[in-house]
This record gives sequence, structure tokens and C-alpha cells, in this order.
Amino acid sequence: MPHTTEPPSRTSLPGLNVLLVIVRYLIIFLVAFGLFGVILLVAGKDPMLAIRDTFSSTLGSAYGFSEVIVKMIPLIFTAIAVALPSRVGLINVGAEGQLYVGAWLATWGALTFAPLPSWILLPLMMVLGMIGGGLWAFIPAFFCARGLVNETITTLLMNYVAPSVVTFFIYGPWRSPFNSLYPQTVDFVPAARLPTFFGTRVHLGLILALVLLVLYWFILKYTRWGLEMRAIGGNPQAARRNGIPLTLYIVVVMCLGGAIAGLAGMSEISGIHGRLRPGFSPGFGYVGFLISWLSGGNPIGILVMSFVVALISSGGDILQINQGLPFAVVNILLAITLFVVLARPALLVKGKSA
Amino acid sequence: MSLLSILGVISSAIFSGTSLLYTTLGEILDERAGIVNLGLEGVLLVSAAAGFGVTSQTGNPYIGVLAAMLAGGVMNLLFGFLVITRRANQLASGLAVMFFGFGLSALIGKPYVGARINGLPRFMLPGLASIPALNTSQFKFDLLIYLVVPMAMLIWWLLFRTRWGLSLRAVGENANTAFAAGRNPHRIQYQALFFGGLLAGLGAAHLSIAWTMTWAEFMTAGRGFIAVALVIFSKWHPARAIAGALLFGGAVAFQLLLQASGIAISPFLLDTLPYVLTLLVLIVWGGTRKHAAPASLGRVYQGTEQ
Amino acid sequence: MADQNHETTDFVASHGRPTTRTPLISMRGITKAFPGVLANDHIDLDVYGSEVHALLGENGAGKSTLMKILYGFYRADSGQILLHGEPVAIRSPHDARAMRIGMLFQEFTLVPAFSVTENIALFLQDLKVILNIKAIYQRIHGLSERYNLQVNPQALVSQLSIGEQQKVEILKLLLSNARILILDEPTRVLAPHEVEALFRVLDNLRQDGYAIVLITHKMKEVLECADRITVLRGGRVAGSLPRSKASEDTLVTMMFEKGLAGLQVSQKLAADESVSPLLELRGVETRGEGAETSLKALDLKIYPGEIVGVAGVSGNGQKELGDVVLGLVRCIRGTKFLFGEDTTNRSIQAVRKSGVAFIPENPLTMATAPFMTVLENMALTNAWRYARLGGLAMDWQAVKTDTEDTLKKLGFSFSLYVPARSLSGGNLQRMVIVREMTHHPHLIIASYLTRGLDVQSTIAARQALLQARQSGAGVLLISEDLEELFTLSDRLIVLYGGKIVGTFKPEETNVYEVGHLMTGSEVQHAAHN
Repeated sequence: MPHTTEPPSRTSLPGLNVLLVIVRYLIIFLVAFGLFGVILLVAGKDPMLAIRDTFSSTLGSAYGFSEVIVKMIPLIFTAIAVALPSRVGLINVGAEGQLYVGAWLATWGALTFAPLPSWILLPLMMVLGMIGGGLWAFIPAFFCARGLVNETITTLLMNYVAPSVVTFFIYGPWRSPFNSLYPQTVDFVPAARLPTFFGTRVHLGLILALVLLVLYWFILKYTRWGLEMRAIGGNPQAARRNGIPLTLYIVVVMCLGGAIAGLAGMSEISGIHGRLRPGFSPGFGYVGFLISWLSGGNPIGILVMSFVVALISSGGDILQINQGLPFAVVNILLAITLFVVLARPALLVKGKSA
Repeated sequence: MSLLSILGVISSAIFSGTSLLYTTLGEILDERAGIVNLGLEGVLLVSAAAGFGVTSQTGNPYIGVLAAMLAGGVMNLLFGFLVITRRANQLASGLAVMFFGFGLSALIGKPYVGARINGLPRFMLPGLASIPALNTSQFKFDLLIYLVVPMAMLIWWLLFRTRWGLSLRAVGENANTAFAAGRNPHRIQYQALFFGGLLAGLGAAHLSIAWTMTWAEFMTAGRGFIAVALVIFSKWHPARAIAGALLFGGAVAFQLLLQASGIAISPFLLDTLPYVLTLLVLIVWGGTRKHAAPASLGRVYQGTEQ
Repeated sequence: MADQNHETTDFVASHGRPTTRTPLISMRGITKAFPGVLANDHIDLDVYGSEVHALLGENGAGKSTLMKILYGFYRADSGQILLHGEPVAIRSPHDARAMRIGMLFQEFTLVPAFSVTENIALFLQDLKVILNIKAIYQRIHGLSERYNLQVNPQALVSQLSIGEQQKVEILKLLLSNARILILDEPTRVLAPHEVEALFRVLDNLRQDGYAIVLITHKMKEVLECADRITVLRGGRVAGSLPRSKASEDTLVTMMFEKGLAGLQVSQKLAADESVSPLLELRGVETRGEGAETSLKALDLKIYPGEIVGVAGVSGNGQKELGDVVLGLVRCIRGTKFLFGEDTTNRSIQAVRKSGVAFIPENPLTMATAPFMTVLENMALTNAWRYARLGGLAMDWQAVKTDTEDTLKKLGFSFSLYVPARSLSGGNLQRMVIVREMTHHPHLIIASYLTRGLDVQSTIAARQALLQARQSGAGVLLISEDLEELFTLSDRLIVLYGGKIVGTFKPEETNVYEVGHLMTGSEVQHAAHN
């Protein structure tokens, strides 16, 4: 087992660090929930009821809990898709577009290679999803590495091109002749569907996402590439002088991020929907950006924040059903959580840089 | 393809482009001061909902427009608090404001979904009415439409012919230099954000009160982002934004025209036109005209060490 | 606060030569210390109207600090500043500007995207709410005609040459009503004909009564345009004299340490020139961007087993020389050979892999990943060496062992597990030295190797270089410490304005000759090759 960079002996309790992080998150959520509760009150709704309902329906039943996990899967993917490039100092706001292109290419695979058996078709779709997302990220990466255009702007703009192109295909060549009410592709063959577990909607994508998360953690911490990536992120000028090939890393890492986002798209349509629908992503790419940003790219943080956001999102469903509020209102809670972190009140100062 | 249908397209483009232009002008002010607001979509939604709601309650569209403007200004000030005073990352803060806007607008607007209001009255310019060919109801425009181009010129004049505009642009290029010249970058950025917010609110007001006269969740349909793209496309210049707004706003209407003349281009592909055009502009021009974007756009001004 | 009416009589005063007038500005007993260095040590300075006063000295002599105190950027620890004989307090550049003191920095405060007019307008004290561009044009036009500062008012600053940009900066100063102008190394970025133009401008200004302080290290300029010269050395005034009494020799003597007695010259090895050189630069030219120096027609050879010292005032191409050997800066002309092979366009990684080590002048910004631990930083230049399983794992034990070996050899010690940025400046430098020396490089580029190090570490670092030389490595030693250069180098070259202006063996020359070359003055002895 190769020796790590950890010092041979620790002076402080490892548990203390974790405890502080938990306390910090708790404070953030308490403040955010508090403010959200006030807004609900002003709107004439009952916040306590909302919280009770949310917890009982999500954490109170196995199925409810599984639904939270379902919502969490794409978020883990997109968070990694943003976190990985962020380690070399790149800002990938384009996970949304990369997700759509990945889904699109995977759909093409599902439709074209439908007769193939599942154990060939599914990996093929995964690869296609990654290629799609990776290619979509390559364009901004290329121009960024050439020093021509900032990758933030290009990835953002490409987010608006991708869904429209996908919609074009859905309304056009791929339109299903069967269901004329909602435009969508034909249903995927069963071989193109990711298997689910225990009668819930939780699908294989979860395993994929968790594996990727572990890989992300492992690569950054233990491998040579992770070392050089962190060096670039910490001081690009010095990294260049030390002989690290900056341009190569920029392009490769950005494309990898895109590929992971593409995989998110594939897993959503194959695991949940079973067809390609217009607008199937309610902003997974953007939420992933925020999760990555909030967790500082930390793998555990990504896992926790994805879960929490999925929880909040489930709460939104409840609010809509039980209290007649539009689902979109849950965005307020998400936003307030972010505001609290962004405003960096003295209580929470941690010295983290985004 | 009759004259009437061409006029219809132009009229549509003008209606659509007006709200886009107001919003873009506001974002130009912000970005010229160095701040990029990705949450513009959220700002627009809140302003549209607020304006529509107030109009519905009071029955007076003018008060509604004012309410929308104010809402836009306040939302931008909230954004400003995060990025200026708390020195938060502009991208993340923008996205947070976007989500906030999604939710808040849904909350505010819920009681008014499907409501009917008295929109802004539409009229024809006295001169135009005498031209028989143009004397159609399609060329009746509301006050905000007539004011938008003068507004663009006003913004141009503010930016390039006043001391405040010079200071604002200096802050967006290099806040340290502006500080060395005796300016207060933070105060200027707040001012830019507030006025930018007023303008964005005006754009949103036009959408919900003057043109569609409805409220629906997410009704702005990405205009906030189109505006951000349009700012880049028009190279942060108010005059070019006029042309761009017509172009971008008219893309959909243009598609109808094409369809009418037998050319079928998918509306979805046309939807991508604003963004593809902007990308092309960036790629082709970005390399040569390095100074098109305000040099300090997106950067957080840390203040000077004493 | 200066009385404007009083000024007119002073302005129309005699051309140039001050008699027994009161100085406009007097600085008395100015002392300023920064952590670790006494920048100004009881300095007295008088600045008169209608006069160009040159402030001459090497890097680190304290010239910039002194003038930044006058401009309100720093506050002196003790001492007084007098304006027209009256003590004044200058607490900020705002105060200084109110007293009509203006400073032209080496980094311009111009907005590249603005036009010349807009840049000047931004700094005008009396700018109106609604801009009257025409009126500003006229004011600019008037001044630029009068003082030969012609520049197109509508041009964007980004389109101007550096010399033209400097004219804009000067116009800014004049139009903001300054009458005491401090220029910090203004000719560093100018071409020779632009330098001439600048001197004419200064002459015109002087005749109109302006007081000009010219900070410089260049002898020729001083002798050509100064009326009065003050030489600073090591934070103190080494001498102050009118132009009539100054000559190259007197000034060089004042600038550099007089006594180099007891200089331990280590045993010099004659380089084996029959062997192929480790490094050869042939006619190398680079294009410096902005304020960077361009290297011109550089020819250099370094053989195994020799230390080649590079003398010169920093800013004359030292950084660019190191960077071009490393491969960070591209040659627009000429070829670079490393170990016999043409490596003119090779990547930095390839250069390093072939055995080139680089110890840069600023370890924190140029060589370190600040948030990573010291141990991790150790592996950064040689990640390929320590990668196992195709890159999946890193052999940290080997890194640790190698590092500790080198630490023992050099006699350094620092913790391996703390983040690099928590190290002091001296320790950072030590960390970089350890890293670069660990793998027995064949060619070492050392840039200001011992800057910031204490005596013990300095000796150890120099020892390390000598050891490397012993085992056949070649060293390019860039330094501003003449003693160090004379002690360690087998050969000495002098860089000035991006060119090599002299090549010697240390025993064939002396500090004064080298000092002359460093300051760009003509030398009687022919340059050896």
C-alpha cells in the first residue's frame, strides 16, 4: 500500500473536525429553514405542517426515502461534473447542456441498437452518454485552453443550445407516433433500461454515481494526476514552471467533467423515464454547480448536500400537494440556504475559497 | 406572404424585442460596472409577478409598472449585497438569485394566475396613422415601446458623456485604478445594480403588463439568459443592443414568416439562434478584440490594503 | 497647502541652475523599516523647482521607498517633510496630490479600453458632471504641444506603444495640477529614441519651473539630464552633488561598496571547453510583453563544471534569461541547445526531464502550490519519477527519503507536513532548493538564490552549488549580490537592457568595471569574449 502524505501521528482529534463541519451545516440549515418558515407564514401557510409532512413522507417510509435517493442520483453526477474541473481552476456552468447531449446520444444508442442484449446495450449507452457530454464540453475547453474565451461564458451559452436541439429531435425524427398528447420518443426497450432495486425507482445509476464519487476522491488524493491537478488549481503559474502540461489538463479535465454530466443524462432517461422527453431536467446541472460550490468540491460534502437538496425537493412536492403551493416555491428554500452560505456571516467563517 | 404578415412579424419582433432591450440595457449597466448577474431570469420573474399583481389589485397599469421596476431594483440590491458587501462569488450568487426568483415569483403570482388586467393602452404615433399601409392594429404600440429606443440612447449618453458613466466604466475595467482616481467602487457598483434592476423591472413589466397581459410561472422563458447573451453579442454597447434585441426578439416571429413562405425551420433550432450567434461573436471576435468585455467583469473588488 | 499665486514667480525663475533658493520639498531624517530590512535610514533630500534631481542607486537602495513616502503611499517611521520650509503631513496620495506632488509609477494606472482623453479625464480634479470632451481635448492639446507630449487624444490606450502610454501618464500628472513630478525608473520600458524624447520633455518641464525627481539606476541618463544627483546605497545617502561635480567614476564609487576586502575567492575551476557545452544560446531573442525586457541577440555557453554568474540590476532581462532557458518564454529568433540537442521549442517538462533545475526568484508565486503540503510540493517537478502503477499511486515514501537525504546534505530542516504557504519566505526558498537539487541536475538556473536567507542557509546554499559544480553540473547564477557573484562564479557576464554587455573572469575585473556595465555607462576596457 503506497505511503500517503498523511503525517505519521496526529495531534488533534479527527472527530473534532467532522463535528465542526456538522455543526456548521446545521447552523446553515437552521437559519435557512427559519427564514423559509417566515416566508411561508407570510404567505398564509403553515411551516410546521410543511416540515412535518416532508419528514414523514420522506424519512417516514421506505418508499418515500427511496424517492429522495432517486432525486439525489443526478445531483451527485452533476456535482462531480462541476467539482472535477474546479480542481484545476475551471468553472463549468455547462453541466446542464452536457447532460442533455449525453442523454441525446444515449437515446440514439437506445433507439438504434435496440435489439442488443442488456449487458451490451447498457454499457454502450453509458459510453455514448459520456461521449456526448464530453464532446459538448470540448468546445468550450478548446477555446479556453487557447486563451480565447472564458469557459464560464461559453459553457453557459451552450446550456441553451443543447435542450433546444434535443427538443428538435423529439418533435422531429424521433417523435413517437403513439402518445400524441406529449411529444416524446418511443419507449426504450427493456434492455435499455437501467435495472431498479427492491421495487423502488432507485436504479443502477446510484451505484454508478457512488463509484464515480469514490473514483473522484481517489484520483485527487492518491494518484499522480490528482496531484498535478491540485497543483494547477493552487497555482497555475507555478505548475507551468514545474513542467506540468497545463493545456492538456485543462482540455482533458473539462471533457471528463462533461462526460460525467452526460452520464447523468443517460442515467436519468434510462433509469427513470425510459424515453427522452423535452425538458426532462429541472436544472440538475445548475443545482450540481451549487452543490459543488457549497461543498467546496469535497466528496462527503457532495454526498451530504445532494441528499439534503433532494430532501428539500421532495418537500416541494409535499407543499404542492398538501398546501396548494406551487412546487417552484421550494426554490426559495434552496436559494435562502445559498444566501446564508454566500453571505458568510461571522458565525460560519471557515476560510474556504470557492 | 402578404404585407400584413410581414407587418405582423415586425410588430411581433418589436413587442418581443422591447422587453428584451430594457432588460439588456440594465444588464449592460451592471456588467459595465464589473458585475455579471446570472440571476437576471429570477429578477425578471419577480418583477413581472409583482407588476402584474399590483396592476391586478389596483387596476392601474402605470402603478404596476412602477411596482415592477421597484421589485427589479430591490432584487438587484439583494444580489449586490452578496457580491459587493459580502464579496461572494458572482456566478454562484447569480444562480442563487435565479432560484430565489423562481420560487418567489411563483409564490407572489399564484393568486393571479389566469387573472385579467387592464394593460397599458396602445396607440399609434400620430404621423404613422396617416400612412394607409401601416394603419393597422398591429402597429399600435404602448408607451414603453415608444420609450425604449430613447432609453437606449439615454443609457449611451449616461455611460459615455457623464462623469458618473466614466467612473462606472472605470470600475468595471479596473476598480483599483478607479479607486486611485478617487472613486468609490462599491458605491458605484450598488448604483449600477439598482438602476440596472429598475430597467430589468421595466422589461419584465412590459412583458406581463403591456404585451401578454398574463401571468404564468416561468413566463419569462429564458429571457434573462437571452439578455445576458445579448449583452455579450452587442459588446456591452447600448446602440448595438437595439439591433440585437430586434434580431433576437424577432427570431421566433421570423420563423413564422419562413413557415408562411414554405420554408420550414424547426422553431427549436431557431430558439438556439441567439446563443449560437453570441458564441460565434465571442469566438471570432473574442480573440482579437480583447477589450470588448469590461476587464474586471466578474472580479470581486477586494478593496485596498492600507 | 501651496499658494497658487506664489508659484508664478517661482515658475518663471532662472533656467535650471538653483542658487540659494528654498527648496520646494525638504525631507529630513526620513527613516522607514519593513520587517527584516531598513529601507530608509535617516535620509535627507532637497528638491528644488526648475530642476531635475536624479535619485541614483542599485535595487534595494531605498529610492522607491523614499519617494513613496513623499507621495503618501507609506508613512515614515520618523523624520519630517517640509513644503516651502513648512512641515507638512502627507498621509495618503490624496494629500500628496493636494500638495501638487505627482508620481509616475513603473506600473501605469491606465485603463487600456479607454481612450487617452477618457483616461486623463478620469483623473482630473475638476471634471464636470456632464463631460465636455472638446474642452478636455483642448487642454490636452495645449499641454502636449507645449511639452512635446504629442499623442492622439482619441486613440485607445491599448493601441499605444509603451512610450506613448507614458506620455499619457505624464499628461495626467500635469493636468491634475502637479508641479513636483516623481518619475520611477521611467526609461526602463522605453526604446532609445523614446528615451531621447522623454529627456526633451523633462527639459521643457524644467524650464517652466517644474521640479522633477528621477529615480534611476542608469548612469548615462543621470549624466545627460540631471541637475543634481543624490546617490543612495543600502538605505542611506552615499552622496549628493550637482552635475558639474559628478562623473561616472565618482558616482559608481558612491553606488557600490567601497571595500571588498577579505573577499574569499573560492578555487576556480577552468571549464573544460573541449566538451560539448551543457547550455548554448545562439542569437536568442525574445519579445517582452508590456513592461518585460526583450532579450536581444544573446550568445551564451555554459560548460560542465562551471558557474556562470549573471550580474545586473534586476529588470534588465534576468527573469527573461532564466525563463527562456526553462522554456517558459519562446525565442522569436535564435536557437537554444541543451546537452547538445536543439530544444528551442521543447516543453518545460521535457527541459526539466533532461536534467535542468530551476530555482526562481519568487518561490511562493513561481514554484509552489501554496495549499498543498511541503511533501506534496516536493513531488511536483518529478511526479513522473515517483508515480507507480502508471500514475495510480505515488510513492510518498521515496519522496520522503529523497527529501530527507537532501535536507541532511544541505543542513536544512523544515516540517514536511505543513501547507507550503505557512512557511516563511526563507524556508520556502530552502524548500525549492531542496526540491531542485535532489535529483542531481546537470544544469541549474539559480535566480537570486540567497535572497531572504539567513547567514547559515546562505552558506549552505552556496555550498550546494559548489558541490553540484564539483560533480560536473553547470550553474547559471543570477544575482544582485556582487560579492556572491565574485566569490562563486568561474565566469561573469553582465546583463543590461536585455543584452550581454560584458564577459569576464572574476579575477580579471573588479566591482567598478562591473558596476559601470550594470549601469549602462561606456567602459574604457574592451569587453572580453
